[in-house]
Amino acid sequence: MPVYQGRFGTQQAERLLWRAGFGPRPGEAGKLARKGLKDAVRSLTRPRGKPRLVGPEPHDEDGLPLAPADAYGHDHLWWLDRMVRTNQPLVERMALSWHDWFATADVGHTQLNLNQNDLFRRMGLGRFDELLHGVTADPAMLVWLSGNENTRRHPNENYARELMELFTLGAGAGYTETDVREQARALTGWTNDWDDNIGAVNFRFEPKSWDAGPKTIFGHTGVFNWQDACNLCLEHPAHADYFVRKLWSYFIPKDVPKKSLGPLIARYRNGYSIRPVVESILMHPLFYEGPRMVKPPVVQIAGMLRAKKSGIWTEDFVWISADAGQLLFDPPNVSGWDEQRWLDTARIGGRWSAAARLTEQFEVIEDGYPVKETPKEAVAKAWRFWGKPTLSKRTEMELQQFANRVEGIITEEWHERSYRALRQNALRILIATSPDFTTA
Amino acid sequence: MPPSRPHTCCAEHTRAEFARRTIAEAGKGLPTIEAGMPTPAGTGLSRRSFLLRAGGVALSVYGASMLKPQAFAEGIAEAATGDGRVLLSVFVGGGWDSLSLLAPVLDPTYLQLRPGLKVEPGAGPTWTEDPRLQWHPSAAPLHKLHSEGKVTVMPSIGYAGADQSHFTSRHYWEVGETNVRTNTGWLGRMLDLVGTPDNPMQGLSLDGSLAPSLATAKNPVAATWETEYDLWAPGVWGDVENLMFGAFDRIGAGAVRGGDAGMAASGNVMRQANTLRNQLGSFPDEVSSPVAYPNDRHFASSLKGFAAMLAAGLPIKVASVDAPGDYDTHDDQQADFARNVKETCDGLLAFQRDLEARGLADRVLTLVWSEFGRRPEENGSAGTDHGAGGSAFLIGNGVRGQMVGEWPGLKSLDEDENLRSTADYRGMYCSLLEGWFGVDAGAIIPGASNFARPALLG
Repeated sequence: MPVYQGRFGTQQAERLLWRAGFGPRPGEAGKLARKGLKDAVRSLTRPRGKPRLVGPEPHDEDGLPLAPADAYGHDHLWWLDRMVRTNQPLVERMALSWHDWFATADVGHTQLNLNQNDLFRRMGLGRFDELLHGVTADPAMLVWLSGNENTRRHPNENYARELMELFTLGAGAGYTETDVREQARALTGWTNDWDDNIGAVNFRFEPKSWDAGPKTIFGHTGVFNWQDACNLCLEHPAHADYFVRKLWSYFIPKDVPKKSLGPLIARYRNGYSIRPVVESILMHPLFYEGPRMVKPPVVQIAGMLRAKKSGIWTEDFVWISADAGQLLFDPPNVSGWDEQRWLDTARIGGRWSAAARLTEQFEVIEDGYPVKETPKEAVAKAWRFWGKPTLSKRTEMELQQFANRVEGIITEEWHERSYRALRQNALRILIATSPDFTTA
Repeated sequence: MPPSRPHTCCAEHTRAEFARRTIAEAGKGLPTIEAGMPTPAGTGLSRRSFLLRAGGVALSVYGASMLKPQAFAEGIAEAATGDGRVLLSVFVGGGWDSLSLLAPVLDPTYLQLRPGLKVEPGAGPTWTEDPRLQWHPSAAPLHKLHSEGKVTVMPSIGYAGADQSHFTSRHYWEVGETNVRTNTGWLGRMLDLVGTPDNPMQGLSLDGSLAPSLATAKNPVAATWETEYDLWAPGVWGDVENLMFGAFDRIGAGAVRGGDAGMAASGNVMRQANTLRNQLGSFPDEVSSPVAYPNDRHFASSLKGFAAMLAAGLPIKVASVDAPGDYDTHDDQQADFARNVKETCDGLLAFQRDLEARGLADRVLTLVWSEFGRRPEENGSAGTDHGAGGSAFLIGNGVRGQMVGEWPGLKSLDEDENLRSTADYRGMYCSLLEGWFGVDAGAIIPGASNFARPALLG
């Protein structure tokens, strides 16, 4: 398995923190770089101790704590806060990847979605076979893909199809429509009750609604149940390849090189382990040498807040994230978010709003603004404001030219402070909306 | 696949709008005006405004250092000299009930299938093309336009083997083929073929996010909320703001030149955003219109703003907006359906009158469609479940005004007890592409040669 051999400096550590987390807090990238590649990666994949949330507690406009299970949008804010304040960013980032992989939207009883989220957090770096079993029996998923309506008498193919198409094998990869129907029979038996006040409750496996007859799946015949349905997918020859490629795609915007595929598959097959595969990806040369990757909107937003050590103080991040194209617990459909659609004029507007809403908290005003600040000092100050993120030479040059141009229109006495203050506010926005900051 | 969630939840929109207003008001925290200072941004005057003669709409342009009003006006003039044909796609989400829109009020089978939900005889006007059917009273505006020859009705449109998942069926309609993997829209593919690489307004979604039918593979398209597209920067205004957007565009351009794929993608969309911002500018929040619209809610405001944008000569080819309301009426259908159809049809009538008053009616068509119709037999909760054949309407001065596909009747339903389709939506698309836009449908709709072209246009 190839391992990155180049320099592992602040810039590389910064990319690692963005792709395996939500970006650095001030000084964090430099600190991580000093560990060297292997220890840096392991500090993320094998975090020690209990996860801690560091920084100010989240609250709404009235200073009240969030109510993720009850108030609209608070589920989003609750998770966004964890992304911002966690000291184990990869754990949250893996949960985000699994939320996309097993994309489930609000099932009408939000606590079920929050429970599923906790499953992703607990099992996200463990064994995929256990995760798959957990998701298959997860109440939110049972509601989302009709598993709770899949009975012996009235089989429902919804989960069976997605189990193969999206979760384990890939569209049309080595299964037939008959396999879909037979899988659906194997997956029967889950049920729940309904409470008018709460929604779906009391999920359980009911042997008498399970189809106990023999099924033939992928050419194997047996009296299969829901666990067998999962295991048959895991053992299917197309699975490991699909798993590795899909997991890789969350970290590197290029296909897996042919030579690396075999070793990654071998690593995964050893106990369906997720962590070693993730470690190999995070140490792969292509991770550091390949092109930059567009950050998922929620990652960029969480990262801005991290960079400013800011907590959640407003519900505005609900609509801002929705505008940017990624409201948590609300993926567009069961196949998750389409990263090809992260960037359009409306969504870039959402990212812009996030930068605007945050910089507003730190807005400088003309009163008392340094009247002698040079353009160079102005750029350096705005850059420090965000913790000195990596900027390309071209972007740096354009920022400098902008600062110079503002200097050029300072022609009246009242411009002296005023325009320099406006320039500083503008530079902060320009950095946070630059292609350099939108990608990592 | 699960049903898509209702995407126009009123509470959410109200809430988001409220938040938007809050942030806009926060933008008023501007410095005190001293003698000699320019009026701050937010009042609209620091941006370069000019009046377009066509329609009398005041347009304001940002970043005038980059794009002078004159150049903008020239661009508009150039676009206006073209064919200028426009299609507005109105999506009716959730699957609207064709058997209530055009109801066979005296059909004994209908009375038997719809004991609770039947439309009463005489409640609405008779449909002249098939007197067995009667318009829903809330759809009276469509009857009015139809009697003027301005509506082509498709009383039962769809495709063979109707998929009853909202998500899948809507997807099929959006992409113009029954393929779940296609990720460009049928109108988007047209723009890839005949659009330009520098005009995001050619495909405009008015609901704040990209309409799937407009998704392109290469040419840019845009999404706005009604006529608004603005990037608000706290503590930045006037000449510094203009310079900031100049820098925003140049940073984007630099990234496009830089050679890194991720940076280039991001830089590209920055430039599109800036172009759009220049094109729309601070398009006035209060759009003036020669006709009265029924209300100032999102749908009516979008249509009103859209007519004004067309009148201003903005280079728009296709646009999309969602009809108000959720038509997934599994329970308590009567009241919801009546209210939502009324709001939709009232808005469409006002829009048509607006286009007529502005002299635009000959170059705009409106296609109103839904992902499917509903089950003829009502369910046990005063609602209807997912069906197959649905209703679509094509509105405009340019339509033929004669039905496409006949009403299939309730005697022979399909294998799922649903209304059979008597017209294929892909044939309708081919007809629009060829007849309205004059482009080769074969290059856009897979298997185009297999579909009969209905006579939609006059």
